[in-house]
Amino acid sequence: MQKTEQVQYNRAGQRVVSPDYLLFEAPREKQFMTGSEVVKEAVKRASVDASVSYPITPQSEAAHLIGELWVEGYVGVYFRGESEFGVMSEVAGCSMAGARTITTTSGPGTLRAMENFPMWAGSRLPIQLVLMARGVNAPLTIQPDNLEISFLLDTGCMIWHAETAQELFDMILAGFVVAEQPDVHVPIITAIDGFFISHTREAVMLPPDDIALPPYNPYKSPMVPLDMEMAPGRFLRDPYVMKSNYISYAAHTSWQFEVRAAIERSRPYAKHYLRGLIEEFGDPEADIVFVASGTAAAQAKEATLMLLHDEGIKARVVRIKTIRPFPTQELIEALRGAKYVFVPEFNVIGWLEREVRRALYGNLDVPVIGSPRVAGGMTMPPEFIVKEILQFLGKEVKHVV
Amino acid sequence: MSYKIFKINEELKEFMPPEIVDLEEKATWGNPKRGVMDLPYSKELIEEHSLCAGCPESAAFRYILASLPNPEETIIVNSTGCTSLVFPHIALHTVHSLFGNQNAVASGIKRVLEWRFPDKVKDVVVLAGDGATVDIGLDCTLQSFFRQEKITTICFDNEVYANTGGQESGMTVKGHVFKMAPKGKQWDKVPMWQLAIDSGCHYVARLTVSSPKKVEKVIKQAIYVAREVGPTYIHLYTPCILEIGLNSDDGLEEMRRTDKERFKFFEYMTDEAKEVIQRKKEEGLI
Repeated sequence: MQKTEQVQYNRAGQRVVSPDYLLFEAPREKQFMTGSEVVKEAVKRASVDASVSYPITPQSEAAHLIGELWVEGYVGVYFRGESEFGVMSEVAGCSMAGARTITTTSGPGTLRAMENFPMWAGSRLPIQLVLMARGVNAPLTIQPDNLEISFLLDTGCMIWHAETAQELFDMILAGFVVAEQPDVHVPIITAIDGFFISHTREAVMLPPDDIALPPYNPYKSPMVPLDMEMAPGRFLRDPYVMKSNYISYAAHTSWQFEVRAAIERSRPYAKHYLRGLIEEFGDPEADIVFVASGTAAAQAKEATLMLLHDEGIKARVVRIKTIRPFPTQELIEALRGAKYVFVPEFNVIGWLEREVRRALYGNLDVPVIGSPRVAGGMTMPPEFIVKEILQFLGKEVKHVV
Repeated sequence: MSYKIFKINEELKEFMPPEIVDLEEKATWGNPKRGVMDLPYSKELIEEHSLCAGCPESAAFRYILASLPNPEETIIVNSTGCTSLVFPHIALHTVHSLFGNQNAVASGIKRVLEWRFPDKVKDVVVLAGDGATVDIGLDCTLQSFFRQEKITTICFDNEVYANTGGQESGMTVKGHVFKMAPKGKQWDKVPMWQLAIDSGCHYVARLTVSSPKKVEKVIKQAIYVAREVGPTYIHLYTPCILEIGLNSDDGLEEMRRTDKERFKFFEYMTDEAKEVIQRKKEEGLI
């Protein structure tokens, strides 16, 4: 990224710094805060133009705090929409008009808003959605569960899954930078497991709040921003969209391929700003491997320590940071030599297990075990994971869970 | 940026399609007094509409686009239906995103344009059918009125879902037989103009498009009021001649007939709107 030669300030009066400086070089101070509070801190340093909110547990607090930033002058446009469907359309309008835009939602809200996500992608809007995953109805639940991520996998949005509040902070900043690259320019969903990250406090390292990302430049967008500042490109006698003919079908097909190709082109940027699409934890020689994302990865890491210390069993974790694009090549490389692959998940269907199986099929012959798996708000203590492994290996289970 | 965005590079001019060259040379830019009387002489901002022959909606489109006081700074938001077929033919920034979310999208656009361009006037106009405005999109429509969004919403009411093959809509007249109402519609036409008033619109008009000059007047009034005061709503009868069994040259007669009954001209304005309209009249802009 280019370094700014003369000092520039954004509309909030913060000094504009390069994304690399903000993410990697700026001095950081330790704070103790929740995931919701961390969203505010990230947005504060992201030169955000617009945000629209709607209440739903557990993301409401993060949305309130973005509202406080609007009052303080760090965010340009902020209001409460009528429903998640309305909100996701309103942020689409904000982004179409050339704003760097962020919103948050959870569980049933995600499903209410669903029609909008492929529209965002097809309209090439680099909106950021902070998804604080929770269960979906019925029966009614507000508890942690990340089933909703599976519904989003094929919407044409990038999806990153943070493990900690610290990672959520860094991903929100990196998310704008990657999503707004002219050759990417698709929406970014930064997901966390609701409550576990949003409502618990942890130590986070934050750069100063008088520096911020460079503002969004809508004129680098592959689509014309809707502001009548550039010539509209669609004044046509015979538009190729919405006709029942070959060229119309071909245009739509290639457009959809292009959205997916744009996600693929995000790989090198994401690799740089996230320091890799996967994280490897534990003894690299271990042949028992957990593949996990989000909070499940944190639990698996603890389980590997317990397995080693209490049972003398070597295990390791391959943590997936980016679900879209999926780190297929990295995963295959990381799993060479693995004897068993376990995929612990906080949802009932095991969407990550499916992703892992698809990535490995024909590439690596290793048994994939979609376990342990909990849902509906159940927790996954490391003892529970250890028990699964011991039972699988036919060993005595000493822990009582 | 103004209408200069339509200027063509001189060296490329000979390769440009004539309708694009005409747009630079013969369209009425930078003149808030433009109107339907320019239609025979100027380049229209709509190129060969793609609707049925004789469709009154096509007339509505032409009159509205000829009447926009500030087309060089106007963004148009539309929705799914017959209207969505027309938008690629319009020489302004237009967007179709989903069926029924047009007022939500327009709210986002308007607020961001006010934030990005505090010293400019950018008009945001919603053009959508009755299904989009009143049925599937009613929530987004009314909520944008409640929130006092400074946008103009124009509903093309053809009293039926025409583009999908003629199904009953909320705007269908009670008793009319359409698909999905094989025994005739069981309930009354939704009084959308009244809902608009009750929901906070500052200027509301209901009319047919039988009189181009009347259309021009209400469009200009609605846009000027939206710019300064808050949401405005125009309800236009644009009958679907296909679905009610009329010939291509019957649309005008159908509208003239309803001018005397359920689409009798109706206009409402708040005191703030009245003040704006009065001032614009004095300035010779209406």
